[in-house]
Amino acid sequence: MNELYAWAAIAVITLAATTGDVLLAHSMRRVGDVGELWKTRGFFNVIARILTTPTFFLGVAAMGVAFYSLLFGLSWGNLSLVVPASASLTFIANAVAARIFLHERVGRRRWLAALLVGAGVILMAI
Amino acid sequence: MSVSPLTFRKYLVLAGVTVFSTLGDSLLARGMKQLGGVSLHNISGLLFAILNPWVGIGILLLLAFFASYTSALSWADLTYVLPATSLGYVLVALVARIGFHEEISPSRWLGIACIAAGVGIVAAGPSLTPARHPDRNDALSQEAKP
Repeated sequence: MNELYAWAAIAVITLAATTGDVLLAHSMRRVGDVGELWKTRGFFNVIARILTTPTFFLGVAAMGVAFYSLLFGLSWGNLSLVVPASASLTFIANAVAARIFLHERVGRRRWLAALLVGAGVILMAI
Repeated sequence: MSVSPLTFRKYLVLAGVTVFSTLGDSLLARGMKQLGGVSLHNISGLLFAILNPWVGIGILLLLAFFASYTSALSWADLTYVLPATSLGYVLVALVARIGFHEEISPSRWLGIACIAAGVGIVAAGPSLTPARHPDRNDALSQEAKP
């Protein structure tokens, strides 16, 4: 039963984390380079720009779901399963999602990296 | 569209992404271990979890991670920033090996090599790929639009 809970948590974490990452990346792309904006327009302008981007809050909400699912999953003690499994699945899912939704050019270089990092995270947990 | 090379400040932000996420996750894991299992019947236990000091400090560190992460996403691709978050696993293993003289199994060394190679491959490429979509322009040039 615990194992079932753990894998359910992993699935929810991966889905929510990927949704959150894509929404946040989309929002921050719309906001623009915050370092540059901070220098030219000031700190409060940056904050105002972020707070007036609706998708930012959706992203934060999705991250919140991922975060609480992680707490839930971790509380079962399968730290060596939940964290690496959800992390490596999120790397792969994000590469796919970034290509589809953010139109990032995920070339061979970044596919290879996503697979390497995903495999590496699992290897470190064994 | 030319992509400006990353400045020292931007590498610092990426380092913040790595360090804060690793420290935050570790403290959180430690706190949740202390609290023990949270069941579906006792879901309110999760809400009070932040009262545990380890969980509390872990959340503060994760907020710092969030600030550096969103900042990095404002000038780099998601697929560029994400691998940086995994470098933390490598850092923890190296600190354990060098600082605490813990043994690292061959499979963990292989994992370290995979992660380091993945991060290196991405970092050697561009931080921002050219836009294929009008949405991808930066905000400064987007201001003219309603």
